[in-house]
Amino acid sequence: MTTAASRRAGEWCLTAPSLAWLVALVLLPTLVVVAIALRPADPYGGVGTGWTLDGVRALARPAYAAIAWRTAWLSFVTTALCLILATPMAYVMARAGAAWRRRLLLLVVVPFWTSLLVRIFAWKVVLHPDGAIKRALAAVHLVDPSATLLYNPGAVLLVMVYTSLPFAILPIYAAAERFDFALLEAARDLGATSSVAFRSVFVPGIGRGLAGAALLVFIPSLGSYIVPDLVGGPGGEMVGNVIAQRVFVDRDLPHASALSAALTLVVLAPIVAALALRAREETIAPPKGDPR
Amino acid sequence: MRRSRLPAAVTVAVLAFLYLPILVLVVNSFNASRFGTTWQGWSLVWYARLAAERDVWAALRVTLVVAVASTVVSLALGTTAALAIHRHATRLQRVHSLLLSVPLVMPEILMGVSLLLFFAALGVPLGVLSIVLAHVTFSLSFVAMVVLGRLQGFEESLIEAARDLGAGPWTAARRVLLPALAPGLVAGALLAFTLSVDDFVITFFVAGPGATTLPIRIYSMIKHGSPPVISALSTLLLLVTFAAVAASQRLIERER
Repeated sequence: MTTAASRRAGEWCLTAPSLAWLVALVLLPTLVVVAIALRPADPYGGVGTGWTLDGVRALARPAYAAIAWRTAWLSFVTTALCLILATPMAYVMARAGAAWRRRLLLLVVVPFWTSLLVRIFAWKVVLHPDGAIKRALAAVHLVDPSATLLYNPGAVLLVMVYTSLPFAILPIYAAAERFDFALLEAARDLGATSSVAFRSVFVPGIGRGLAGAALLVFIPSLGSYIVPDLVGGPGGEMVGNVIAQRVFVDRDLPHASALSAALTLVVLAPIVAALALRAREETIAPPKGDPR
Repeated sequence: MRRSRLPAAVTVAVLAFLYLPILVLVVNSFNASRFGTTWQGWSLVWYARLAAERDVWAALRVTLVVAVASTVVSLALGTTAALAIHRHATRLQRVHSLLLSVPLVMPEILMGVSLLLFFAALGVPLGVLSIVLAHVTFSLSFVAMVVLGRLQGFEESLIEAARDLGAGPWTAARRVLLPALAPGLVAGALLAFTLSVDDFVITFFVAGPGATTLPIRIYSMIKHGSPPVISALSTLLLLVTFAAVAASQRLIERER
């Protein structure tokens, strides 16, 4: 056996197990979703024979436009708020001494590892109609005593920001850690105020981290299911909740598949855009050591 | 030269935002009040009630079985995947790593729905097996990323050196590659285990009526159960999380 052939065989030995698993349990199921979206529903909650566009046509329901819009703006505002809160924090972490840096990182990592359901449930307790926040707000006449803080899009936004924040802080911190802070001093020596230096030197300098954080928050937000399910109520439903209802409540699998396929396409768009952007960046400036 | 205080203020506010709800939850679990809205003195009554909830402990067992099984399988698959991508720069590996990154970015609900429909189409029974298959599918990508990160600092020529000195391929892997990869393997296993224990959405879709994991049990408690008992359970889970994070931190420090 030649070395090239044995190298090839070695590559296949290492590649085959995971590749086969991914083809069987990621690629094929995605194709099954597309196929079922083009099938008719049978009256027993299964999938009929033949092909139809009924499932795809059902996407044009007027109620869906409102839910799609709500999903889009909630995801967008969640991402924006996470970046706005995470960037100054990443800056502080990157500039802190080793001991404080470790402590702060630990404080960010603990919620990241904490059960998602526990974190959502904590907000249900905090925002409870008889909870302290509600009573404090009612006492200063900021909310009506009969108003509810839960089960509305605002509650969904708050809890989405809460659960997503660590996903924004960690990649931005990773970028900030590699940022050369002497550049900020230089900008200020040249007369920039610290806020101008922050915006026009630090923020562009950690661009990769910001883009990564935006993707890590925005894409899972589009598919949110459990947060709106537990704190959203009917007025806070997102696309994920509608998919789950079609699966578990109406048992209309073709309809659920059509919705899932549509969401998949929407999710792919920002990823393809990010990949294209990176490919273009690399053709313009081939990565020779540090791009900065 | 004066630095703005704004970033520090934001940092303090973010930390308060991250920890206040958790603090409220923990305090409430010791509150004698049934509705947790007014303070009626310290009490362990909710912990006693939790101990009597047999469903919770049965769910914990299912969770641990699933987590151990999916960690073992995803560790094996993720490690070979990382080795393949690290050693070979071929078109096959480009496809491989692209597919490997899909579970990292795919929203959970999409993975849940597609696996449910796939299992239904193939007639795979929903239960512990379908949950393990689903968990391996998302964990293996995370394991591969962590191990790949570790491999990037590994000098592949060390293996060649071992081979030149007469070691067989298995001995070289065991005596040279494995010790170098060990921290990555531990981190990957920890990540896979935690992801499995914590997963709700995907599990909810592929579990079927037969198998209830702890997150699914907590979900139905949130929907129908007694809030202070969930607070007590959450506090215990938080304790485990703190201990695990502290232990892994200790491990990382010793590594340096």
